[in-house]
Amino acid sequence: MAHALLKGETGDWEMVIGLEVHAQILTKSKLFSGASAAFGAAPNTQVSPIDAGFPGMLPVINELCIEKAVRTGLGLNAKINLYSVFERKNYFYADLPQGYQISQYQHPIVGEGEIEIDLPDGTTKIIGIERLHVEQDAGKSLHDQHPSKSYVDLNRSGNPLMEIVSKPHMNSAEEAAAYVTKLRAIVRYLDTCDGNMDEGSMRCDVNVSVRKPGDALGTRCEIKNVNSVRFVQQAIEYEARRQIEVIEGGGTIKQETRLFDTKNGTTRAMRSKEDAHDYRYFPDPDLLPLKLEQSFVDDIRKTLPELPDAKKKRFIALGLSNYDASVLTAEKDRAAFYEKVANNNDAKLAANWVTTELAGALNKAGKELHDSPVSAEQLGGLLKLISDNTISGKIAKDVFADMFESGKDAAAIVAEKGLKQVTDTGAIEKIVDEVLAENPDKIAEYKSGKDKLFGFFVGQVLKKSGGKANPAIVNDLLKKKL
Amino acid sequence: MSIDINTVRKVAKLARIRTTDADAEVLSGELNNILSMIEQLNEVKTDGVEPMTSVIEMNLPARADEVTDGDMPDKILSCAPEKAAGFFVVPKVVE
Amino acid sequence: MTNLTSLTIRQALDGLKKKDFTATELTEAHIKASEAARHLNCYITETFDHARKQAKESDARYASGRAGLLDGVPIAMKDLYCTEGIQTTAASKILEGFKPPYESTVSGNMFRDGAVMLGKANLDEFAMGSSNTTSAYGNVINPWRSEAEPDKQLVPGGSSGGSAAAVAARIAMGATGTDTGGSIRQPAAFCGITGIKPTYGRCSRFGIIAFASSLDQAGPFARTVEDCALLLQSMAGYDPKDSTSVDRPVPEYFKAVGQSVKGLKVGVPKEYRVEGANPEILALWDKGVAMMKDAGAEIVDVSLPHTKYALQTYYVIAPAECSSNLARYDGVRFGLRENTDNGNLNDMYEATRNAGFGKEVKRRILIGTYVLSAGYYDAYYNKARRVRKLIWQDFINAYQKCDVLLTPTAPTPAFAIGENTADPVTMYLNDIFTIPASMAGMPGMSLPVGLSADGLPLGLQLLGKPFEEETVFKAAGALEKAANFTALPQSLMDKAA
Ligand SMILES: [Mg+2]
Ligand SMILES: [Zn+2]
Repeated sequence: MAHALLKGETGDWEMVIGLEVHAQILTKSKLFSGASAAFGAAPNTQVSPIDAGFPGMLPVINELCIEKAVRTGLGLNAKINLYSVFERKNYFYADLPQGYQISQYQHPIVGEGEIEIDLPDGTTKIIGIERLHVEQDAGKSLHDQHPSKSYVDLNRSGNPLMEIVSKPHMNSAEEAAAYVTKLRAIVRYLDTCDGNMDEGSMRCDVNVSVRKPGDALGTRCEIKNVNSVRFVQQAIEYEARRQIEVIEGGGTIKQETRLFDTKNGTTRAMRSKEDAHDYRYFPDPDLLPLKLEQSFVDDIRKTLPELPDAKKKRFIALGLSNYDASVLTAEKDRAAFYEKVANNNDAKLAANWVTTELAGALNKAGKELHDSPVSAEQLGGLLKLISDNTISGKIAKDVFADMFESGKDAAAIVAEKGLKQVTDTGAIEKIVDEVLAENPDKIAEYKSGKDKLFGFFVGQVLKKSGGKANPAIVNDLLKKKL
Repeated sequence: MSIDINTVRKVAKLARIRTTDADAEVLSGELNNILSMIEQLNEVKTDGVEPMTSVIEMNLPARADEVTDGDMPDKILSCAPEKAAGFFVVPKVVE
Repeated sequence: MTNLTSLTIRQALDGLKKKDFTATELTEAHIKASEAARHLNCYITETFDHARKQAKESDARYASGRAGLLDGVPIAMKDLYCTEGIQTTAASKILEGFKPPYESTVSGNMFRDGAVMLGKANLDEFAMGSSNTTSAYGNVINPWRSEAEPDKQLVPGGSSGGSAAAVAARIAMGATGTDTGGSIRQPAAFCGITGIKPTYGRCSRFGIIAFASSLDQAGPFARTVEDCALLLQSMAGYDPKDSTSVDRPVPEYFKAVGQSVKGLKVGVPKEYRVEGANPEILALWDKGVAMMKDAGAEIVDVSLPHTKYALQTYYVIAPAECSSNLARYDGVRFGLRENTDNGNLNDMYEATRNAGFGKEVKRRILIGTYVLSAGYYDAYYNKARRVRKLIWQDFINAYQKCDVLLTPTAPTPAFAIGENTADPVTMYLNDIFTIPASMAGMPGMSLPVGLSADGLPLGLQLLGKPFEEETVFKAAGALEKAANFTALPQSLMDKAA
């Protein structure tokens, strides 16, 4: 896709976008303590003295976090660093109990990689990954509970995060949205993060700058904690416009941290981050350097599932359109559902039914795929009845509606309602004769050149058969007799 | 390098320690004495020497992913100077 | 029963086993002695009732034949060890009233083995000091006095000054300390008792309030080498809650005490013979070398060329780590909070930390913040870490030629309270002999070997290879026997008189 340029008063502007995505590693317990990492508990109930930064408390790393970080790195086609170091990032904040965040700085566990994103126009683009490092989450401050106080809940403090930093390779809000969507799909396929943005399991820091095409990079602003794909798009669009207006108005962009206001879709400078920061990173003396064996990495590589891009390519090879393949592989669950439906069925037919009939019905009922009343096996059963000519495609739609309603199997409904397609030529011929006998004037019109009436005859025959006559046979017979 | 009063103030701010001008004056002298002692390290040739992080030459030990801790809000809040409704309470933070 | 406080731990354990006296009687004797010695200010928090309860439980274990390694032994616990439900202050105002909801691993190990805790011993604030004069709860007074100036109150050394003074004053049979740059060995020398800092990683740091994490190590004080060995055996061990704890079995250290040192190679590092050194200290060192030789050891000259840079290295690395370790004292979750009028979070932090920390702690936080800050990191912090590697390498090289090193513990005997305070650097020089082994993580023990002309105890230090505490105990046992140090602090003799 060509760069989406923004029009300003002084000409075209190009956006340069990089993302830092914080993805919570899917584990039972925290990165450095044995407290639960689950979402939604009562305040300060999932806090150990370690997470609360009590005197004398020490961190011990959760081995699953290391494994899942490596797994994610492999899924991002990235270099796994066999030597990495946990460092302390020092700053004071109410929800940062230790006064530092344990993170990785000079030696992250995962280095450079890349992923392919799918754009709305059907094209793809490669986006570089700068690094992935493992770090602790902070607690949560609530500012609206009291006029002059903030309330602090440390349940989230110490939760394991992967910070995935992209290269500044995106040039439009759509690309950024596609990047987040693809990243979320990958971590879900890998089972390393649940990707639930509304629970904060994935949060995006968006770096935006603008420049005239061909110019050097402009000064960037970082928009913190944007927590939906739609908001990422809105925030970028607003921020790029704002920066262009500032520059075109004769101002300069100040490098700063900004907040996205979800209510009005704007960004504003964060007041608490005004102080110049000096994080004084240094290796955490409570933790030793992390050294991995190549065999550990190789063993993880062997357990990687087929990832969305590979799956998509395979689906296309099966005859699916690029669009259908993208839609079906965008979510791990959807792809798995589709593959069950397509098992022993025509790939394209299955794709159509999953992406149109089922998706439409679910959408209408306000349901998600995981609570679909029609299971993948059931839908597969319905398609089998179409393929073996037991029912027509048209009847299949009625049967499907019944299945969606009742949860019954297709075969049962067909038997119950006697919907089995009539393929007995003799029986169909009888109906054809009847229809022809009833419409001598139409026959005359047809014969005088009104070809379109052929469809009328087909329709009449099908109607008379209760929709059960095999359309191909009906066509054949009518052609012969007219 | 030496630490003047402004540097003392800047460092004290980073460390979140309130420092009066008189404190900063005294500290500047003391810290410079310490610093000039430290700067004797420049006499040592360290080319090609890896910085030492730990004297322990072993790999980072790890624990299994099990929930073994937490679920003690009363204990966690027991020492708090100010708390309410299960939260720690601090002066309002404006973001 | 007045002599119960003069027993060694070994003698007390024997007496308890033989039912010569009960743990309760032993504890009561030490409580009484503690009350009589309150002017020394050894404890920040006395836990006498707690001790009585523990002693009673100990007696029950003796009655049922289930007594542990230290059962019934009354000890002092450095107030840097978190003790569940018992005030733990690190001698800082910022932690006044703090009752940890957890127990440190090392104190827990000792209670498991039956130790009885008399109180939380005074120390330099956050273990930062060499004279126990930075405590927010007042100085500790050394039970020893100079014959020349008997009215002058002397420092016990630091930072574990309360622990060392309590053991020297016979108000506790043993005590825990922590050693970051000499905080066990130097006060042991000043108070005429024994103390060992084991290899870094030997004792768990879990629940011990951190000063400088890459250096801090727990260790015991006692009046004999064997008693130190018994205490360390209880304290040491692998702890999965400390990522720098080393998984090795703990030997029965006391069995090494009394073993022959015939053929043991004792290294004498020439760089410890510093210019302008106290001649009494040098003479004692020579005496110690002669004693080891007489006991059958082989003396070898060794070199630790980077010794003279250890102090400088220490004063970059320890403050850097402490500036970060002490960031958690912010008035939010525990400890002191100073509220300010305008109710701003940063003002609360600044006011709390200004009111809660003493001068020396603030100095070190500021130095540490400075050396880690942008632009100075490489010049100071990384430089120091490189020199640290060289110091460590010096020891590794020296240990190719010898089994242990013998050096003085401190450059002077105990000095008067108020001395050496004009400039922080003068005070820091107290630790020049102990810091190198701290930087290298090597085990080190101090034991009293003689008296100064003024009648003050002088100690020598034995340093060992990593995790070879047994060799240190063996050498120390031989030196202890040869030195036959029997002098008592004057304050005890006053009482006896
Ligand atoms: Mg970031
Ligand atoms: Zn981050």
